[in-house]
Amino acid sequence: MDIINVDDITYEYIRRDDDGNVDSIEMALNKIKFNVRKGEFLCILGANGSGKSTLAKHINAILYPSEGTVWVDGMDTKIDKNLLNIRQTAGMVFQNPDNQIIGTIVEEDVGFGPENIGIPTDEIWTRVEESLNTVGMLDYRKHSPNKLSGGQKQRVAIAGIMAMKPKCIVLDEPTAMLDPNGRKDVLRTLKELNKREGVTIILITHHMDEAIDAEHIIVMEKGNIVMNGKPKDIFSRPEEIKKYRLDLPQVTELAYELQQEGIDMPNGILTIDDFIEELSKVV
Amino acid sequence: MIRDITIGQYYPSESVLHDLDPRVKLISTFFFIISLFVFNTFYGYIVVTLFLYTIIRLSKVPFKFIFKGLRGIMVLLLFTAIFNLFLTPGEEIFKLGFLKITKEGIYTASFMAIRLSYLVLGSSIMTFVTTPNQLTDGLEEIMKPLNKIKLPVHEIALMMSIALRFIPILLEETDKIMKAQMARGADFESGNVLKRAKSLIPILVPLFISAFRRANDLAMAMEARCYHGGEGRTKMKPLMYKRNDYMAFSAFSLYITAVIGIKIIEKAL
Repeated sequence: MDIINVDDITYEYIRRDDDGNVDSIEMALNKIKFNVRKGEFLCILGANGSGKSTLAKHINAILYPSEGTVWVDGMDTKIDKNLLNIRQTAGMVFQNPDNQIIGTIVEEDVGFGPENIGIPTDEIWTRVEESLNTVGMLDYRKHSPNKLSGGQKQRVAIAGIMAMKPKCIVLDEPTAMLDPNGRKDVLRTLKELNKREGVTIILITHHMDEAIDAEHIIVMEKGNIVMNGKPKDIFSRPEEIKKYRLDLPQVTELAYELQQEGIDMPNGILTIDDFIEELSKVV
Repeated sequence: MIRDITIGQYYPSESVLHDLDPRVKLISTFFFIISLFVFNTFYGYIVVTLFLYTIIRLSKVPFKFIFKGLRGIMVLLLFTAIFNLFLTPGEEIFKLGFLKITKEGIYTASFMAIRLSYLVLGSSIMTFVTTPNQLTDGLEEIMKPLNKIKLPVHEIALMMSIALRFIPILLEETDKIMKAQMARGADFESGNVLKRAKSLIPILVPLFISAFRRANDLAMAMEARCYHGGEGRTKMKPLMYKRNDYMAFSAFSLYITAVIGIKIIEKAL
């Protein structure tokens, strides 16, 4: 059974004028269909306005599809009764770290989720400790979130979701407001969660370097899925990627530019090691 | 200026007072403030001063930090003191033109100053040793009976704690907006009161917009974390009276008894 099954969903933003008449209908999602296996690391790429954030909000039942169904661990997101279960199964981390921390102390914030779902006090404490430990923020448990760096805040936010023991975490551009170091920390945390705890990760981003290590990549453009495949396959099609207003990872870009200059480099080079190997073959 | 005000801040440290139940601290502070207004003689204030001194020592908050809180009310303090000093009728001690200082004036002025500063000190110590969250938890628990008359106690408490969390964030934001507007040539310092008030509009409008945006984000993040009101909610830090809390209550009752005792003796004399 797949953990997330998005079945032909369509979502329309309806704009109304002052009299309440429909002004324009914008298709934010257009017949999207994909599924995510348990334990997968999926990356969703797309330029601004491609509908990737809208898609993320569907998985957490913040938005409901106009047509089609989203199944989270076998539960239909449109049924109200499932709401809390779905949000427990698929946690969500947002872009701005400041706007998603509720507690005035790190540990109180991490405890917010478990409190909401009615976990007994003793277990809240063990969960808070465990999840702060997993994201490497246990030393900061008594600190005020205001004094943390962006990367640390985002890790606290991830811990807050982890404390609800989700099977899947959806992250909506979690690194967009972070400096390179913070970004690295957050990404390392995510990879560890995925490998060690077997949590399914759906990472929405427009940093291509973050997508290299994903198992699977979905590229979106204007509410449609336009590319769907392994990172190597996706980044082997540089022209297509550029068409969707996305960048290539640095190494891939370099290999592509060399190729354009007539040097015999294969497509889809993702790591520096691969690049060196291929280049040494040519030189 | 805004940053100088230490009232309402939390001072992280590990002391007996930090560990007390917030309800104890809230109730005690309430009665402490009342006790300040019981006295109008010098001896009574010795008891209050001793009590306050013990509390400050117990809280392990440095004196310097505590007295910084008084700076914020300095103007108010001087104002009341001076008015009382010159405008209280009674036995004349000193006269300069139309100004005269009376014996009663000195008394009232100094008592007023002491009362006001003790009031601020007492309540700021409470916030120094209690995290905002504990404070709202305590208030929620104390106000729980009001639930019966359909007052949304849990919601009010949550609103308060969120407001407290966003104060530093919005302060920072105000600072940023101010600098951004100054970079565009805005002038906040010249002109009369009306003009200055008007010049605040370019700060307030973006601040409000950003606050609403934050509120929207926060609401979504809270929903994503399964928040659905106070129903079926458990507590990570449930409030339970422990031995120390009972001891604190008894110690405080002792203080109150002493205050009342002294007052009775004074009356009798």
